Amino acid sequence: MSARENILARIRGAQGKPGGEPTAADLGRVRAVMANPVNGPQPAFAHPPDLLVQFLKECDRVGTTHAQVASEADIPREVARYLAAAGLEARIVAWPAFAHLDWASAGVTFESRPARRDDRTGLTGCTCAVAETGTTLLLSSPDQPKVTALLPETHVCVVRKSRLLGTLEEAFALVRREQGELPRSAFFVSGPSRTADIEQTMVIGAHGPYRVHVIIAP
Amino acid sequence: MQVQSMFFKRRASEKLADGLLQANMRKAKGKFVDARAKAVLEFGNWEPLRDYAAKLRDAALADLDAYLVEFERNATRRGSVVHWAETAEEACAIIVKIAQDNGVRKVTKSKSMVSEEVNLNERLEAAGVQVVETDLGEYILQLAHEPPSHIVAPAIHKSKEQVADLFTEAHGKPRITQIDALTREAREQLREHFLSADMGISGSNFLVAETGTTLTVTNEGNADLVTTIPRIHCVIAGIEKVIPTLEDFACLVRLLPRSAIGQSITNYLTLTTGVKGPGDADGPEQMHIVLVDAGRTKFVGTDLQEMLRCIRCGACMNHCPVYQNIGGHAYGWVYPGPMGSVLTPVYVGIENAGDLPNAATFCGECAVACPVKIPLPDLMRKLRERQFDGHLRPWSERVGLHAWGWLAMRPGLYAFATGWAARIGSWLGGRDGLIHSLPGLDGWTKGRDMPAPSGRTFRDLYRERQGKR
Repeated sequence: MSARENILARIRGAQGKPGGEPTAADLGRVRAVMANPVNGPQPAFAHPPDLLVQFLKECDRVGTTHAQVASEADIPREVARYLAAAGLEARIVAWPAFAHLDWASAGVTFESRPARRDDRTGLTGCTCAVAETGTTLLLSSPDQPKVTALLPETHVCVVRKSRLLGTLEEAFALVRREQGELPRSAFFVSGPSRTADIEQTMVIGAHGPYRVHVIIAP
Repeated sequence: MQVQSMFFKRRASEKLADGLLQANMRKAKGKFVDARAKAVLEFGNWEPLRDYAAKLRDAALADLDAYLVEFERNATRRGSVVHWAETAEEACAIIVKIAQDNGVRKVTKSKSMVSEEVNLNERLEAAGVQVVETDLGEYILQLAHEPPSHIVAPAIHKSKEQVADLFTEAHGKPRITQIDALTREAREQLREHFLSADMGISGSNFLVAETGTTLTVTNEGNADLVTTIPRIHCVIAGIEKVIPTLEDFACLVRLLPRSAIGQSITNYLTLTTGVKGPGDADGPEQMHIVLVDAGRTKFVGTDLQEMLRCIRCGACMNHCPVYQNIGGHAYGWVYPGPMGSVLTPVYVGIENAGDLPNAATFCGECAVACPVKIPLPDLMRKLRERQFDGHLRPWSERVGLHAWGWLAMRPGLYAFATGWAARIGSWLGGRDGLIHSLPGLDGWTKGRDMPAPSGRTFRDLYRERQGKR
C-alpha cells in the first residue's frame, strides 16, 4: 500500500466511509462545491461609495505612496518626479507594456527587461487592484516577470482606474473570466515589505522593496 | 524537533527563573493582543466571519479525502508533482531524494512549521545540502541553533542585543543594535543566498483544491524570492490545509493576519500554481508538493477533530497567560500555547506530553480569540479525561479528584467543607489578600502569589442575592 492509499483509507475509515478512495458521489459533491464558489461575509468598507477613495486610504495605511495622472502619456513624467523627490536615480527596468512611452523626454533611463540583482527601481502594471486592502494583483506571464516587483528596492506600479475592484473575491472572478485559471504566480502586493521579527518592532524593508509607489492612470 | 514536552514542569520553572527571557517576554506582552483587538473592531462583522470560517473549515474536513484527491488532480494537471508522506521520516526522505536527484547543493527556505515538525533541515544537512532559513526570525534562530518559540514570531524570546551578538559572530561585521540596521544587515546577507539557491522550500498556509494552488501569507518578501528564483520549488504542507475554492481563501485571509498581528492584510499573498509557463522569465522548472500526515489523521473522526480547523495564526498563544509568562520553549515541541497543548499530545503521544493539556488556567481567552472558533479549553479538557482514563496522571491527582468527586456528590458536606476552605483561604491571604505559600501545594504559589478567596462561597452570595429580591 502506498502512503497515498494509507492516508486516504485512514481518513475514510475514521469518518465511517466505505472503501479506500473517495467514491464518484463524493467527488461529484465536492466538484459541485468548487464549481459554485460562495463569498463569505465581507466588511462594509469593501463596498464603498468610491472605490478609489477606499483604495488610496488603504494604500496610506500599508505605506504605499500614490499619485494620479491624467493620461498614460503622463506616466514617465510622474515616474521622474517620484524618483527625484525620493532622491533616487532616474533609471528603471520595466515590463514591456511601458516601452512605447516617451521616457527620454522625461529624463528617465528605461530598460524593458526583467529586474536583476542590482536594479534599483522596477516598474510594473497590475491585472487589477483591490480597494478593500490597498492591494495590487500581479499575474506572471512572459511579459510580466514577478522579479521586477520583488528584487529592486523601489517598486512603481501602474493601476488602471477601470481595473479597480472592491474585494479579493472580485479579483479571483476577474481572473477566471479573463484567463480561465491562475497562472504560475498570482502575487498580491500591499505596500513595501516589512518585518517585526526583532522585538515585535515594525521595520519597513525586509527582503522585498523598501518603497512602493502606485500611479493611478486612466 | 526532538520532543521535550515530558519535561514541561522543569522547563517552565527554568523559564520563570530566567531573568533575560522574562524581560523579553514582558516587552512582547500585549503588543499582538492590542493590535488584534483594534483590527477586529475596525472590521465590523467579525463574529459572522468567524462563524462562517468555522463552518467552511468543517465542511472541508468532512470531505477531506475527496478534496485532497481533487487538489492532487488539479496540481498535477498544472505540472506539479504531488507526493504523500505518512510520517515525518517519509516526508524528509522524499525531499532529500528530490534534492539528490537534481544535484541540489543549496536550499533557501521560507518559514514552515511542518518542516520543523519533521526535522527537515537536519535531514537535508546530513545529506550534504546547505539549508538557509530566510524569514528574519528563523534566520536568527538558525544562527542561534534554537527552535522557534512562537509560530508567527519565531524569535519573540530574543532581544535586539542578543540578535546583535549573533550577527556580529556570524557576519564578522561591527556590532550594531538598531533594529532597522540589523534587518538591513540580514537582508544583505540573505540576498546572495536567494540568488544562488538551487531549490526553494516553502510551507503553504492553505491548499486550494479547485486550482491545485499552494500559497503563502507573508510580510517580508522572502517567501516570494524562495518560490520564484530557484529552479525547483518544493512545498511541504499538512493534509488538513486543503480548502475548496479561492473564495474560501479570500474569507480565511481576512481572519489570519488580523488574528495574528492585527494587520488587515499581509504585504504579500503569494499564490503558486504549477511550474513556470512557456516563455516566462521567472518561476521554477519543477514544482513538488509534499502532503504530510504525521499524526493529523489521528484527529479525523474523533471528538478532537475541530483542532484541524486551525489556520496557525498564533492568537491563542498571544492571549494565553501561561504562554505569556513562560514563552514557547517550555512546551518542548514545535507548537506552543493552547494549540500546541492539543496538537502535541496527539502527534507525539499523550504519554510524552501529559503536562501540556494541564498547562492552562482555562480562562477561555484562547477560544475567544481563535478565528475559527476551536473550543481549545474543551479539547484540553477531553485530553485530560483521556489521561485520567488511561491512568497517566500521578496517584496524588487521582486520589484528589476522587475525593473531590465524592465530596461534590454530597451537597451538605460540600457546602460545609468549601465554606471552611474559603474562610481559611481568606485568613491565609492576610492583609494584602494574597497567599504567598501553601505547604504541600506550592505549585499554586511558586512563581506567583495566589489571590486569596473572599471568605465567602458562591453559594453564600447566591443565597444572599436571592433573599434580597
